[in-house]
Amino acid sequence: MSLNIVVLAKQVPDTRNVGPDAMTPEGTINRAALPAVFNPEDLNALEQALRLKEQFPGSKISVLTMGLPKSAEVIREALYRGADEGYVVTDRPLGGADTLATSYTLSQAIKKIGKFDIILGGRQAIDGDTAQVGPQIAEKLGLTQVTYAEEIISLSPEDKKIVIKRHIDGGVETVEAPLPLVVTVNGSAAPCRPRNAKRLMKYKNATAKAERTPEQNETLASLIETKPYLDITQWGAADIEADPNQIGKAGSPTNVKAIKNIVFKAKESRTLTSSDEDIDNLIVELLNEKIIG
Amino acid sequence: MANYYSEEIKFQLDHPLMKRIVELKERNYADKDQYDYAPQNYEDAIDSYDRVLDLAGDISANTIAANAEDVDAEGPHCENGRVRYASKTYENLDTTTKAGLNGVTMPRRYGGLNFPCTPYTAINEMIATADAGFENIWSLQDCIETLYEFGSEDQRQRFVPRVCKGATMSMDLTEPDAGSDLQSVMLKATYDEKEDCWRLNGCKRFITNGDSDIHLVLARSEEGTKDGRGLSMFIYDKNQGGVDVRRIENKLGIHGSPTCELVYKNAKAELCGDRKLGLIKYVMALMNGARLGIAAQSVGISQAAYNEALAYAKDRKQFGQAIINFPAVYEMLATMKAKLDAGRSLLYMTARYVDIYKCLEDIARERKLTPEERQELKKYSRMADAFTPLAKGTNSEYANQNSYDSIQIHGGSGYMLEYACQRLYRDARITSIYEGTTQLQVVAAIRYITNGTYLNILREFENESVSAEVQPLFDRAKALADKLEACMATVKEAQSQELQDLASRHLYDITANAMMAHLITLDASRAPQLFGRSAEVFLNLAEAEVAKNEKFISSLSVEQIANYRQA
Repeated sequence: MSLNIVVLAKQVPDTRNVGPDAMTPEGTINRAALPAVFNPEDLNALEQALRLKEQFPGSKISVLTMGLPKSAEVIREALYRGADEGYVVTDRPLGGADTLATSYTLSQAIKKIGKFDIILGGRQAIDGDTAQVGPQIAEKLGLTQVTYAEEIISLSPEDKKIVIKRHIDGGVETVEAPLPLVVTVNGSAAPCRPRNAKRLMKYKNATAKAERTPEQNETLASLIETKPYLDITQWGAADIEADPNQIGKAGSPTNVKAIKNIVFKAKESRTLTSSDEDIDNLIVELLNEKIIG
Repeated sequence: MANYYSEEIKFQLDHPLMKRIVELKERNYADKDQYDYAPQNYEDAIDSYDRVLDLAGDISANTIAANAEDVDAEGPHCENGRVRYASKTYENLDTTTKAGLNGVTMPRRYGGLNFPCTPYTAINEMIATADAGFENIWSLQDCIETLYEFGSEDQRQRFVPRVCKGATMSMDLTEPDAGSDLQSVMLKATYDEKEDCWRLNGCKRFITNGDSDIHLVLARSEEGTKDGRGLSMFIYDKNQGGVDVRRIENKLGIHGSPTCELVYKNAKAELCGDRKLGLIKYVMALMNGARLGIAAQSVGISQAAYNEALAYAKDRKQFGQAIINFPAVYEMLATMKAKLDAGRSLLYMTARYVDIYKCLEDIARERKLTPEERQELKKYSRMADAFTPLAKGTNSEYANQNSYDSIQIHGGSGYMLEYACQRLYRDARITSIYEGTTQLQVVAAIRYITNGTYLNILREFENESVSAEVQPLFDRAKALADKLEACMATVKEAQSQELQDLASRHLYDITANAMMAHLITLDASRAPQLFGRSAEVFLNLAEAEVAKNEKFISSLSVEQIANYRQA
C-alpha cells in the first residue's frame, strides 16, 4: 500500500540567530542579516513523511508552499531530501495574508493537488509563532487534526488509521485517528535527514517559472524539456480557484495593534475540557485580554 | 549555520588541471543522458562538486563535529567478538549514508557518484576537521578503489554497490610481527577444494575498523614462502562469518576509530586479482590511496587546530586586551595558517596527479590508449608516486606542529580536557606514524630526490608565469630549488650510502619546503586575497627551514657517522 502525503512548508527569516542588525532603522526586518530558511518544524514534518515513504514504498510526497517566488527554495530543499514533487503558490494578490487567508489559500491548493491520505506540517513557523495554519486547514477541509505530534507510531492504510505520539505538557500522549487527517509536528520530533548528494545533483536546476531570470529561462529550456521534473509547479490565485475576498490582505481580518517584547517567566498551561462552559469562559478571557477581538 | 567548506577548499576545484581530470573521469560526459545526476559539461560537473562539498561541509560542521567530543569520550567497545561503536558514531554513519557520501569515486553504473579523487579528498579533509577518528571509518571506503581496480567484474558487481550504499571496509594488513615490514605477513590462506573457496587462519593486529562489512586481507597463499612474493589479497565478507574481534586497542587518540585485533578461524574468503601479487602490486596501490587519505586527514586536523587557536586568541583577554594582539601569539597563528595553506596546496596537487593517472588507467581497461595518453599516464603516475610521500609526511608533521601550537595558544586551559585542542593534539599524533611513518615516507621519496624527479618538477613550475606582485616570492622560491640542487650535489660527493641515509630527512625537508614555496606562490598569483599573506609568511619560514637543513648537510661528513650510531 502506498500513501499520498502532502507536506506544508514555509520559507521564513532565520530568527534563531538574531543579531543587533536584525532590524533596519525603519523597524522592518533586515532580510540581508536574516537569511531565509526552511521553517525548522516543517523539516521535522518532512522527516515524518520520509519515514512513512520508507515504510510504504511507492508513496508520493508532495511539498506545498506559499510565498514569494524565491520560496521555491524550500521545495528544492525538500526534493534534495527525498520529496517527490513540489508546488509553489505565488501571486501578488496573495500577499499580506494572515493565518486565515493563508490556510484558505493552502486548503484550496490541497484540493487542487487532489489525492491525499495525510497532510503534515510543522507545529508553527518561527516568524509568526501562531501555530494556527495547520489546524485551520484541517477545519477548512473538514479533517481530523493531531497537533504537537512527536512520532508516528504506526499507520494502517487498510484500516485507514494512524497512531501518533503527541508531546504534551508534562508528558506524552498517544492517540489514534482516522485517515485522512492533518498532523502538525513538534520540534522535539526526529530531526530531518540531510540533503542527499545524488538528489542534490539531480534537482539543482529545479525551479519555478516565477523565480527564473530571463537568462535562466533560456539556458534551462532544453533541460526542462527532457527533464520535466525540473519545472516546479507554480500556481496563482486563479489556478486554485480562490475567492478574491478570502485571500491576501482582503481575506485577512488580523490587525497588528502593537508589538511587544515578552519574556515568558514560567512554562505553565491549563487543561480545559471540551465543555461549552470551558470554551465560553476561554473566549471571554481572550476577549478581555484583547488576544482576540 | 557553520560550514567547513571554505574558500580555500573551493579554490582547489578551480585549478587548470581540473578540466582534463573531469573530461577523463566523465569520458566526455557519456553518462549525461543515462543518469539524472550526471553532469552535462565541465561547468555542470564543477557546480555539482561545489554543491556536494557544501553539503559535506554542512554535515561535518553541524553533525560530526557536534558529536566528536562524545565519541572521543565513549569510544567503541568489544562485545562477543563484535565491535559496538560509540553511540554517536552510528548517528554519524547514518547521516553520511543518507547524504549519499559513499562510493564517492565509484562509477555510476555501480551506484557511485563518479567523483574524481580531488573533490573526494576535500570531503575527507572536512570530515577530519570535524572528527579525525570518524574520518578513519568513513574514508576506508576508498579500499573499494583497489577492489574495483583488481577484482573481477563479478566481484565488482557484488561488492561495489554495497559500499555505495554504505557498507564499511577495512584493510587487514598488519600482524604482530609484520608492521612496517609487511613481507613477513603470516596469516595463512589455504585453498578448500571441496568448497571451492579460500580459507583464512591466523590473526591480525592494529586493524582500523576491523569489524567492517567488507575486508581486504593480505595473506600467505604460497606455502613455504617467506617474502612478499608469497602473499595474495583476499576479500572477506562479514556475512560469511569466521572472523572475530579479540580486543580493541586503548589508544592515545582517534578514539572513535576501533583498532582491532582479529582472529581468523577458517574464514571463507575469495581471491582478489592474481595470486602472489597481493603485496607487490595490490597493497602498494592500497597504501598509496591510504597515504593520500592520511595527508587529507592531517590537513583537516591542522585546520581544526588553527580554528580552535584563532577563536581562543580572539576571545581570551590578558593585560587588558585580546591575546591575538600580541606578536608572540599572532606569529604562531600566522605560521599555522601558512603551513596549513601550503600543505593543503601540496595535498591537492597530489590528488590531481592521482586523478589523471587513475582515470587513464581506468580508460585503459576499456580501450587501448593512444601513444599521447600512454605518455600522459606515465608522466602523472610518476608525479603522483613522487608527491604522495611528500604530501603525507609533511602534512602529518604539520598536523602535529599545529595541534601543539594550538594548545600553546590556549595556555593552561589547553592542557585541561575541556577544550577541543587536546583531542586534536592526541588525534594528530598517529598521522605521522600509520600508513608508513614519516621516516618511511622519506625512504619512498629519496629516490625521487636523488634521481632529480622533484628538481625537474620544480624547474617546470618555474616556467609558469605569475603576477608582478608575487614575482619576488617566485624568485625566492626558485632560489630554494637551487639550494636543493646544491645539497644533492654535496651529498652525492661524499659517495657514502650511509651518509645519504643520514641526510635523507634533511633533503626531504628541503624538497618539501621548496615544493610548497612554489605551489603557494602560484596559488597567491591566482588568488592574492586568499593566499597572498600566507605565501609571504611561508616563504620566510621555508627559507629559514632550508637554511637550517642546508647547514646540517654541509656540516655532515663520513667521519661523523660514528657519532650518530648508538650502542
